[in-house]
Amino acid sequence: MKKKAWREAGTGYLLLAPTLFVLLLFIIGPIVFAVFLAFHKVQLLGTSTFEFVGFDNFKRMAGDLRAKIALWNTVKYVVIVVPCQTMLALVLAATLNAGLKGQKFFRIVYFLPTLTSSAVLTLIFMWMYNQNGLINHLFHAIGLPTYNWLGDPKVALNAIMMMNIWSTAPFFMVIYLAALQDIPDSLYEAAELDGASAIQKFWYVTVPYLRPVTSFVVIMGLIGTFQLFDQSYIFSAGSGGPNNSTLTVVLLIYQYAFKTLGTMGYAAALAFVLAIIILIATLVQRRFSKEESLY
Amino acid sequence: MKKKLGIGKAFLYTILVLYAIVTMIPFLWALSSSFKTLEEIVSGTISFIPKHFTLDNYKQIFIEQQMFPRWLFNSVIIAVTVTLLNLLFNSMAGYALARLQFPGKKSIFIIILAVLMIPAQVTMIPNYLILKQLGWLNSYQGMIVPTMINATFIFMMRQFFINFPKELEEAAALDGLSRIGTFFRIVLPLARPALAAQAIFVFMGSWNDFMRPLIVLSDPELFTLPLGLNSFKGQYISYWNYIMAASMVFTLPVLVIYIFFNRYFIKGISFTGGK
Repeated sequence: MKKKAWREAGTGYLLLAPTLFVLLLFIIGPIVFAVFLAFHKVQLLGTSTFEFVGFDNFKRMAGDLRAKIALWNTVKYVVIVVPCQTMLALVLAATLNAGLKGQKFFRIVYFLPTLTSSAVLTLIFMWMYNQNGLINHLFHAIGLPTYNWLGDPKVALNAIMMMNIWSTAPFFMVIYLAALQDIPDSLYEAAELDGASAIQKFWYVTVPYLRPVTSFVVIMGLIGTFQLFDQSYIFSAGSGGPNNSTLTVVLLIYQYAFKTLGTMGYAAALAFVLAIIILIATLVQRRFSKEESLY
Repeated sequence: MKKKLGIGKAFLYTILVLYAIVTMIPFLWALSSSFKTLEEIVSGTISFIPKHFTLDNYKQIFIEQQMFPRWLFNSVIIAVTVTLLNLLFNSMAGYALARLQFPGKKSIFIIILAVLMIPAQVTMIPNYLILKQLGWLNSYQGMIVPTMINATFIFMMRQFFINFPKELEEAAALDGLSRIGTFFRIVLPLARPALAAQAIFVFMGSWNDFMRPLIVLSDPELFTLPLGLNSFKGQYISYWNYIMAASMVFTLPVLVIYIFFNRYFIKGISFTGGK
């Protein structure tokens, strides 16, 4: 019996061996290493040197104007994009779930942006955002003002927001779609007997029933938007411009870590702060949605 | 009552069609631009049908830009290897955590769950230093090894194996198959739907990844497509016809995969997101 238990344990560790290897070398080790880096000044010329600097890296943030701009841009981006993409996803899912013809076709079409790489999407949108490009032509045709989307610091971040709401909403739509199929018909039948209109049914049956899924979608949205990088990197050729208007926290971390010398430790400290901000945002959201569901 | 329903339906159809148009326009516009001459591109006229339909842009990127096929090759090698390794290792780990008894199992599972919540930016800088130390910067293994497991899918596979009927395994054990033999011959083949969904997501994640190659790879010979595309843009800054042709070449493989595996896609997402 004892031999059998030993053999089972051996098999277990054998099956887990690749996972444990990667986990230790590329995930847990680096987390510990990241804490170490955040308190050191790192020099990578020739052999790497690490000099202990205490809380200097964290203190430095208070006086770093670009860090403040990056944080402000990121927060603005999160606060606008997360609610917009969540609502759009919900409306699209509800529409797709209404039992209309051609659902399958629409589902495939809607999902296209989610499949396409962020690099390709960003390039396509940069082409459309051209001053003389498609979007300005469309805006002009329906009587809206046109913008210098790529070059004007006031609108560049909005251009990225529009693109991202468009490209991420379909992913969350599919999650909603799956959840919608679980809603018991009896709920709608009861509402119908009470004389509820289609909109009332959506608002008083569908939306409350989906609350747990909405919570999940919002958390995923928060995590994703706080980490915005690819789009602003490609959009601004790595600079975060024009005039720092598309500079995000992750782009700033990247710049400090890999583009300027001697600031890798500072970048690690920034990454740490970002992780904590994401954690807090997620916890606040959880708290919020739990309190709501008490009623 | 009937008329009202008609109006409601018409309204819903309008939303569906309008949004389908909103989704399609960027792709159609990019596709049409990829067949246009540079003259037409710079003239600023808006037409979805090219005036002089041309394949020159595609010829240009494949012949003049000799790196392009190389980038395609790198992307395929990396994405396929990462996908196969993930399927194997995540299932192995998921199975061990679901079915086998051994000391430390619970802690390992908790660590895997905790890892799910760590944003990639925290490990990005140390990972770079570790890869540098190993001499793995600018290499395939530097791209593949750190991503050959995925905590999300280990978790997913564990859930899958927990709900898997035990009787089959017991029968296999009675027939004298070892635990490992049972896993590879009986359990894994029956896990195909879960593996298919996982394969698509891992492949797409690797294929479309921008940040990791940006950090790990600096030699243009080793670039993957997203990185190549970005450097391509820098080179041909106002040749949007070339850039769009390159973007279309990049998107096509994913579209083909999607059309083939559409079923698993939706299933996979509802599996991870539903409950």
